[in-house]
Amino acid sequence: MIDLNIKKSLRTENSTMDLNIQFQVEKGQLITLFGESGSGKTSTLRMLSGLLEPDEGYIKVSDQTWFDAKKRINLSPGKRKIGYVFQDYALFPNMSVRENLSFALADKSDRQIIEDIIQTMDLEELQERKPDALSGGQKQRVALARALVTKPQLLLLDEPLSALDNKMRYKLQSYILKIHQKYSLTTVLVSHDIGEILKLSDKVLELKNGTVVQEGSPKELFGLGSTSAKFQFTGEIVEIHYENVVGILSLIIGNDIVKVVCDISDINLLAIGDKVLVGSKAFNPIIKKL
Amino acid sequence: MNWIPIILTLKLALVTTVVLFAISLPIAYWLAYGKSKIKPVFETLVSMPLVLPPTVIGFYLLIAFSPKNVFGNWVQEMFGFQLVFSFTGLVVASCVYSLPFMVHPIQSGLASLPASIKEAAIILGKGKITVMRKILLPNIKPSILTALVLTFAHTMGEFGVVLMIGGNIPGKTKVASIAVYDEVESLNYFAANQYSLVLFVLSFITLFVVYLFNGGYLKNYIK
Repeated sequence: MIDLNIKKSLRTENSTMDLNIQFQVEKGQLITLFGESGSGKTSTLRMLSGLLEPDEGYIKVSDQTWFDAKKRINLSPGKRKIGYVFQDYALFPNMSVRENLSFALADKSDRQIIEDIIQTMDLEELQERKPDALSGGQKQRVALARALVTKPQLLLLDEPLSALDNKMRYKLQSYILKIHQKYSLTTVLVSHDIGEILKLSDKVLELKNGTVVQEGSPKELFGLGSTSAKFQFTGEIVEIHYENVVGILSLIIGNDIVKVVCDISDINLLAIGDKVLVGSKAFNPIIKKL
Repeated sequence: MNWIPIILTLKLALVTTVVLFAISLPIAYWLAYGKSKIKPVFETLVSMPLVLPPTVIGFYLLIAFSPKNVFGNWVQEMFGFQLVFSFTGLVVASCVYSLPFMVHPIQSGLASLPASIKEAAIILGKGKITVMRKILLPNIKPSILTALVLTFAHTMGEFGVVLMIGGNIPGKTKVASIAVYDEVESLNYFAANQYSLVLFVLSFITLFVVYLFNGGYLKNYIK
């Protein structure tokens, strides 16, 4: 479906970064670009959408060439048939929810799709409101809905849930899964939330300094396949406390702070701020560094 | 009181505002979004009327408009009239003189919009004109109002440029500000005061409109 091989020299305020990315995505997959901020995730997404032009390489999607530096092909963003959801939602403030959707419609005769999407995204009650009168989660739903109006083959999501609280995130994740399946989309998600990635994606690419350093299924990448835990959560260490022969870790899991006992020998490998996996086989919790 | 100079002033201000709005939209768009290396040169040129003495602008326009020169000659050949000492000439001169007052508010309005709004519309396959008309302009209404009103008010208050290239032809180029000067010259203070007072009130009203709308004082009354 997507065959991408691009290079781009990016100048930021105090440094330059050479982006050099190759990957393939199969039709119907939901892949995640994962990595620290500044690793080139958003830039990759922007080049895929045509908002940013790569210096070298090619982008091919379903046998159609979107970009080829050698052949001087650079399809304009509007011709690529993509849905793009921006981090700041990018709703048009002068239009109501429904107008935002109809504006996206290229073929005005196809009104039915708007009704369909409004229903899928549960926007019936919000459709006459202006974006200013919506909450963050509602805006995000509208942004997702608007991206679907053009019936894209490819959906690009740029950290769509980063500005939402956990409860809203959880809800929106379900919407993303729902539309990904309902409209048989191929989706590229930018995210740095491991829980979100585990829930949503088929494949993860980890980016670091502009290159793909790891690639695989979320479970392989975050090491979940190798334990036989009965239940497991990911969390972040906020405090390490020593109690005689054992250590006690305080972790943030979701919204909660959880205390977990940990062996002294294991604790030496951990530091505050590390992401860890907490699992349990009935009685003994397992702590594993991610 | 002779109202003709006042009417002429309003007519000049109105025509200039309309013409300049059309000219300034693409300029402001380019200055807000363009990435060209020569942009600073054009930004400077657009702002020049802010600092140049109006007589300097008037002087160069006078030279340019003269039928003896290329531009003036071309206008005369092409359209059959001359720009010097004519109302059309005043409009052209006012457009130059008031350019920054129209371009700057629109430019900063466009620049203050999040880039993603424009990008979202581009990804939806919309052309530049549609994006401008349906997305950008409706979201910078306060800036547009400021631009229109400031241009109108500034053109009303124009003096030096008009004097240089318009002269003092009653009904054609004798606008209110010139009329004030003219009456004072002939020691007719009463008439000068009349014109001045009208200009004072008109300017107050135009600027008041901007502050009223953009200051949000009318929020409770208009949706």
